[in-house]
Amino acid sequence: MSATIETPRAPQPVRRQRRFNFEKWGWIYMRASGVVLVVLIFGHLFVNLFAGEGVKAIDFAFVGGKLSQPFWQIWDTLLLWLALIHGANGMRTIVNDYASNRLLRVIFKGALIASAVVLLVLGTLVIYTFDPCPAGSPANLLPSFCPAG
Amino acid sequence: MSTAVLDNSPSVPEVIPTFTATLIIRRFDPEVDDEPRWQDFDVEMRGTDRILDALHKIKWEQDGSLTFRRSCAHGVCGSDAMRINGRNRLACKTLIKDLDISKPIYVEAIKGLPLEKDLIVNMDPFFESFKAVQPFLIASSKPDKERLQSPVERARFDDTTKCILCAACTSSCPVFWTDGQYFGPAAIVNAHRFIFDSRDEGSEVRLDILNDQEGVWRCRTTFNCTEACPRGIQVTQAIAEVKAAVLRGKP
Repeated sequence: MSATIETPRAPQPVRRQRRFNFEKWGWIYMRASGVVLVVLIFGHLFVNLFAGEGVKAIDFAFVGGKLSQPFWQIWDTLLLWLALIHGANGMRTIVNDYASNRLLRVIFKGALIASAVVLLVLGTLVIYTFDPCPAGSPANLLPSFCPAG
Repeated sequence: MSTAVLDNSPSVPEVIPTFTATLIIRRFDPEVDDEPRWQDFDVEMRGTDRILDALHKIKWEQDGSLTFRRSCAHGVCGSDAMRINGRNRLACKTLIKDLDISKPIYVEAIKGLPLEKDLIVNMDPFFESFKAVQPFLIASSKPDKERLQSPVERARFDDTTKCILCAACTSSCPVFWTDGQYFGPAAIVNAHRFIFDSRDEGSEVRLDILNDQEGVWRCRTTFNCTEACPRGIQVTQAIAEVKAAVLRGKP
């Protein structure tokens, strides 16, 4: 009787040369966005949790006030896009590394890109269509610049 | 000669203390076993002995069927890379005194390559990816006497010339364990050795080969390879230098 242990690694396919190298640009994106994200995330955390009254300041009025300023709109948009794509690409590399089943890989990556696109569209929509002064709300919950409703 | 010295000395001859070390070795005999099994061996060792000495003792005195590779037994040939207490080491360079002998010492074959018997794996996939990076000098001109190189130019790739192709780095790489297409650290180290050699003209070809989905970009900088290298090569740094060279398009 003779037992053979399966080759632990996937078989090696024929290499193809492509002009556009997705992996290379993915790698560059991870480095570049990582550097920018360090600034964006710590800036976000500092302003939200530390500056002024600290974490107690966060309520609807605080968020509404922030999202009505173009500076924070751009900041949050950058944060959303860079972080979400950074995370999705990281998940993609993990799928590439560990999902050996072809069908599973397609499903995982499809789910990843679908959820990333939905979240990006939804998040961007919220940032730019957010109404800080919804009609008929009690004035003490709204940002100070809202006309008294 | 040593006996003469001992005979002349009037004092009590020096006794090197010995102790019993327990080795637990992952055995696999394809003709008997369905899957690998762990087997204990007790061996009388001295602190200055190496794991290779323990394996020899087991093979010569206890169980002749124990199978492992070794050639020079002095850390040069790179035959006896194995996983010792979960870390890839050369058995001939690992001293017993550097390990915790109060616990058993686990010895198994390196991972990620097909297991053939006991501590022996099939090295073919490893050498296939080594071959794929064209690890030889590519030069169009033929010099009259020799190819000149300054000490500074030589120092540029000195670190990666030390590779002995033992596969300790490649088989410690978690990406290599699962991905059958990744070149692995050793192949990139040997590509680095020629990419940064001023006498070589084929660096563009090699950078092109490594600028692949399964090339240098698969590296996740876990530093397992640097930790595993018995020659102390800064493997992860070499890979990072190749990444930078790919981005520049030249060494």
